[in-house]
Amino acid sequence: MTNIEVTPGMFSSAETKPSLKTPITLVAAALVVLIFFGFLGKTGDISFVWSDKREAIQLPPFIVNSMFFCTLVGAALLLIGLLSIALTIRGGKTPVWLIAIYGLGAMMALLGWLATEATQGVQMIFILGNTLVLAIPLIFGGMAGIMSERVGVVNIAIEGQLLTGAFVSAILGTITGNLYIGMIAAMIASGLLSMVLASLAIKYLVEQIIIGVLLNVLVIGVTNFLYSAWVDDDSINLNFPGTFEKLPIPLLSEIPVLGQVLFNNRITVYLMFVLVPLLWYVLFRTKLGLRARAVGEHPLAADTVGINVGRTRFWWVTIGGMVAGLGGASLTLGNVGSFGREMSAGLGFIALAVVILGRWQPIYVTLGALLFGFTIILKVWANQVSPGIPVDFITMVPYLVTLVAVAGFAGRVKPPAASGQPYVKG
Amino acid sequence: MKLEVKNITKRFGTLVANDNISLTLQPGEILSLLGENGAGKSTLMNVLYGLLQPDEGQILIDDKVQKFSGPGEAMAAGIGMVHQHFMLIPVFTVAENVVLGHEPTGKVGNLDLNAARKLVKKISDRFGFDIDPDAKIQDLPVGAQQRVEIIKSLARDAKILVLDEPTAVLTPQETDELMEIMRGLSKNGTSIIFITHKLREVQQVADRIIVIRQGKVVSEASPKASAGELASLMVGREVDLNTSKKAAKVGVETLVVKDLTVLDDRNQQMVNGISFSVHDGEVLAIAGVQGNGQTELAEAILGLRKIHSGSIQVAGQDLTKSNVRQVLEAGVGYIPEDRKKDGLVGDFTIAENLMLDGSFGKPFAKGVQIDFAKRDEIAEKLIKEFDIRTPSATTLAKQLSGGNQQKVVVAREMSRDLKVLIASQPTRGVDVGSIEFIHEQIVAARDAGKTVVIISTELDEVLSLADRIAVMYRGRFVGIVDAKTTREKLGKMMAGIAA
Amino acid sequence: MSKKKDLDPVKSGQDKATSVLHEIMSGDPVRIGLSILLGFLIGAVFMVVFDKNVIKAFEDFGTDPSYALSSIWWTVQDGYGALFAGSVINFGADNFVSAIRPFTETLRFAAPLIMAGLGVALTFRVGLFNIGATGQMLVGLAGATFVSTRLQMPIIIHMLAAVLAAVVCAMIWGMIVGLLKSRTGAHEVIVTIMLNYVALSLFTYLLRQPNLLLEENGGGTPKSDNPDGTARLGLLLGPDFQLHYGLIFAVLAVVFYWWLMEKSTFGFRFRMVGHNPSAARAAGIKVENTFVWALAISAGFSGLAAANQGLSVDGGLTTSIEAGIGFDAITVALLGGSRAGGVVMAGMLFGAFKAGSATMQVAGVSPEVLGVVKALIVLFIAAPPIIRAFYRLPVPGPKVFEAAQQAKAAKVIK
Repeated sequence: MTNIEVTPGMFSSAETKPSLKTPITLVAAALVVLIFFGFLGKTGDISFVWSDKREAIQLPPFIVNSMFFCTLVGAALLLIGLLSIALTIRGGKTPVWLIAIYGLGAMMALLGWLATEATQGVQMIFILGNTLVLAIPLIFGGMAGIMSERVGVVNIAIEGQLLTGAFVSAILGTITGNLYIGMIAAMIASGLLSMVLASLAIKYLVEQIIIGVLLNVLVIGVTNFLYSAWVDDDSINLNFPGTFEKLPIPLLSEIPVLGQVLFNNRITVYLMFVLVPLLWYVLFRTKLGLRARAVGEHPLAADTVGINVGRTRFWWVTIGGMVAGLGGASLTLGNVGSFGREMSAGLGFIALAVVILGRWQPIYVTLGALLFGFTIILKVWANQVSPGIPVDFITMVPYLVTLVAVAGFAGRVKPPAASGQPYVKG
Repeated sequence: MKLEVKNITKRFGTLVANDNISLTLQPGEILSLLGENGAGKSTLMNVLYGLLQPDEGQILIDDKVQKFSGPGEAMAAGIGMVHQHFMLIPVFTVAENVVLGHEPTGKVGNLDLNAARKLVKKISDRFGFDIDPDAKIQDLPVGAQQRVEIIKSLARDAKILVLDEPTAVLTPQETDELMEIMRGLSKNGTSIIFITHKLREVQQVADRIIVIRQGKVVSEASPKASAGELASLMVGREVDLNTSKKAAKVGVETLVVKDLTVLDDRNQQMVNGISFSVHDGEVLAIAGVQGNGQTELAEAILGLRKIHSGSIQVAGQDLTKSNVRQVLEAGVGYIPEDRKKDGLVGDFTIAENLMLDGSFGKPFAKGVQIDFAKRDEIAEKLIKEFDIRTPSATTLAKQLSGGNQQKVVVAREMSRDLKVLIASQPTRGVDVGSIEFIHEQIVAARDAGKTVVIISTELDEVLSLADRIAVMYRGRFVGIVDAKTTREKLGKMMAGIAA
Repeated sequence: MSKKKDLDPVKSGQDKATSVLHEIMSGDPVRIGLSILLGFLIGAVFMVVFDKNVIKAFEDFGTDPSYALSSIWWTVQDGYGALFAGSVINFGADNFVSAIRPFTETLRFAAPLIMAGLGVALTFRVGLFNIGATGQMLVGLAGATFVSTRLQMPIIIHMLAAVLAAVVCAMIWGMIVGLLKSRTGAHEVIVTIMLNYVALSLFTYLLRQPNLLLEENGGGTPKSDNPDGTARLGLLLGPDFQLHYGLIFAVLAVVFYWWLMEKSTFGFRFRMVGHNPSAARAAGIKVENTFVWALAISAGFSGLAAANQGLSVDGGLTTSIEAGIGFDAITVALLGGSRAGGVVMAGMLFGAFKAGSATMQVAGVSPEVLGVVKALIVLFIAAPPIIRAFYRLPVPGPKVFEAAQQAKAAKVIK
């Protein structure tokens, strides 16, 4: 008698080769800057304007030759790209702060190149400030997306939740004359909308994507109707909330450049400053977050250790909806000052993209939202300083970046494993 | 702790998964629950763990009646479970997985991961597990993951540990290590229920063996019982099926498999250098306990799974690199082991299901259009020929009984111009009448000179159909033997013991 | 190693969700009827609550309650009456032509909805969610507009060439989705949403290019010329009606879709992949390639809708020519149960909503209420639990049957 012994092969391909896709992309983009903005760039001067006229401390504008500046920045970017290649080959990772510096450099080169010889120069405060304000609804929407996808529910309805928030906050803010009531009402309304999504998806197992799409259609339909049949006729009394006061934070707002951009804002911006780190903390440092992520990754495993999957999903999705409602309020009360038809205009879908781009991490998602915010303002600004520039391509960039990310060209993007899957108890 | 399970009955619809099961587990005892797949072991354990509610019966711990409405309560009562499919979150660290659901927290509700690490270290050191609390689960080998599962249970003070098919995914070395761990735990007073269908492991580690078949406890055995005895207890069927058949008229070699190696989705070598050939007019039955590579072998032959190395030929035509359609067109018929998943489209009508793999050409298609008249004509004919009990050919497949569904698959595959028929578990979940009918059809195919390969875990099926029997164990053939081989000997071979 | 399937709750959850999807697709006529009824009812509530006359009448409720109550009825009658008169037959018209013009308008608006709806429906039946009809239409519009404004060809041939250009451009755009999905595993929902925006930017860019699509004597706004007379979709019923040859294309598209899905072997394989990709694979079908082709053909239908829009435009073409049709197509496909006949009915219903908007406006009722009605109808159809709860319908047979199925599934492992 002989026992047959078999050695099965390796268990899994846990070892993966370091991907050079990111570093190569960095190098390629650096070369574009170096060659097209630098060597073949424009000969005039760029003037970087750092201060608003109203500010106490006035920084002198920084004036530099365009070709020289872009060549210099391009070379620096190239260096970072090469460094990243070297790091990756040695099995390391390119640190995020290095990529952030890279992004900042590339942005400066682009801005400078566009504004070469423009009389108004590169108005840094205008650009950065608007980037932030335009990104706020996206950031809140993105947080809502994170909160529902982290527990395994795909939320296509962010668009509808933003629009609900925008509508309710504007109307109730006007009627009550208190914008804070408007804001809270927006959160409640979007939260209720989320409950519909959550219960249909969790309890009745209706396909999450379909339900999300239809809730968007419903909200668009309802707000359009109410707008035309009710609000529009009497907009002074119904849709004239104005915006929150700007609340400059003492001392901090005096800091040159950054003070104006970051610390002279409306409450919606400050709420974002609080919410993003808070969500990060709850998700990754608390018991609640651990359980939420467990439910989104492996609901059955969570169930077997006594976590109520349905309830966890329901509340995270609902609270996420409230955050999206806040995003809607920040669109009206934090920026525009009144509600407009379909004013969310696809921001909810962009928020979805931002969630993926930011890999379901609050901080990265915020950075992604800022990228989108930047492109929105860039499009407007570029048209002023450099007419004839193909702004449509600038608009396209973030979407293309997202596509590249989901297609897995730039590193592995892994959603929560159970995202979109209903859970039914055995 | 002492665990008593009294008269547990659990039904799913009309199916009785657990039929009046009773058993007792003494403190520190290793009780082995032996049974084929689907015998009802896992259902019983899910009842015990609160994942399912029993329809009848009681669970007693230290003589006190317990009622578990969820796993949380079962855990609180001291029952821990290591599931066959690990209940671990791949992107979490070991420590996070271990404390999930009963997390130690700091002052502001923050996770106290240091306490979690210490807990893992403590248990890990006590049993010599050597687990890094900060490693991510997805980076750990399967054996280590399983130890994390055990730590998870022990961290909740489990006194009764249920291990559900724990060795299914382990290498032999890891299996041996697990056996050691189990002995160590039992010495420390932990009672263990060890669910498996692998005889050798039972013999190695169990104090007592309970054999379950078709939802019932069929007998209690001692670990000293021979592998053959255990095997026949486990796989025996109450209905004795004898298909009468003539002597085989063996023709030319048609299916030739050489040095075939196949990997599963996780790159584990599931088929390990197998070579065999089957002739026209002959039935080769591949016997063996489930999970020894039979599924992967069948999928590889059909082209559903990539072949790592080796070759496959049908009637002289090389099919090693062929896709499924090419293999089907080369005259291979396939009855998959899971008809609901791979064999049928539940929402299609019977007529549509009968042309599932025939949409590329005649007789079902004229050009790019379906020939409906022909399709219905063929459907009517096959429904009669294969005795498919259905109100009409337009009935949806999902509305049929298991036996009739299987007859649809059999009818479709056998009605094609076949050279080779591969039938994987052809009568699983099928009523007795249909079993007989399907067996007759298979024998008829063989008598018509086709090459037939049957993959079955049912020894009775193997014995009644086979002309030759290959026993598969851990990706290899233990041997290819004559159809007259005794059950005992086959049982031993299924446990990996060659003659 | 796939054991115990029935006891894996996540898995069986998926099965259950799929069967809910199939429940939607199966389109029980009673439930559809009830959904439409309830949608209109709630729409009526919206109409009444925000109607100024009603509000006024209720302010005087104490003095004249019957007037207040009847004002509710009159408002609803005015609103839906105007919808009917604007979309089906106008009995108040003084001649036959203007009496039946509303219905031809409904057909005119329905045609692109039906064509794009068929595209989305096709992907539903292959088990995919194509949210990208918008982008596919925009790319198709670019193709059609280029051919119709920049190339010179004889009449009819020019039109056909422009239609073909729309279809081909859209198909390429759709194929990108399919390739990204099958090669990289990217989810088609997010890919199509992103491609919609990319297509919008791309189309705007092309509209700005003097040598591509920009109108010849144009200013700075991205806008094209009208299509050449040779490429225009001609009027179908003479100058009294705006209905054009787009309807013929819609009819052809419906017939083709019906043939493709119900009669051809391609459709058979599409449906097989949609219902059970695993069984399809075992039956020799290349599931990944099927996805690519399905998305391409689906986009082709959107391209037809684009041609319908681009070749019938007056006053030049801007990005607004897409008119939300790509997004409406999703609701059309859902409401139509993804079947040819159903999509036609759904497209006609929503086309009627568009056609009737103007008369509702004139009657003093905001036509935007139709947006609510539309959303509610589809929501009720997609989420059977709501409608069941409202009408207290019993859980239908299939559910019971499903339980039996699960029991059988459990038996399989015996």
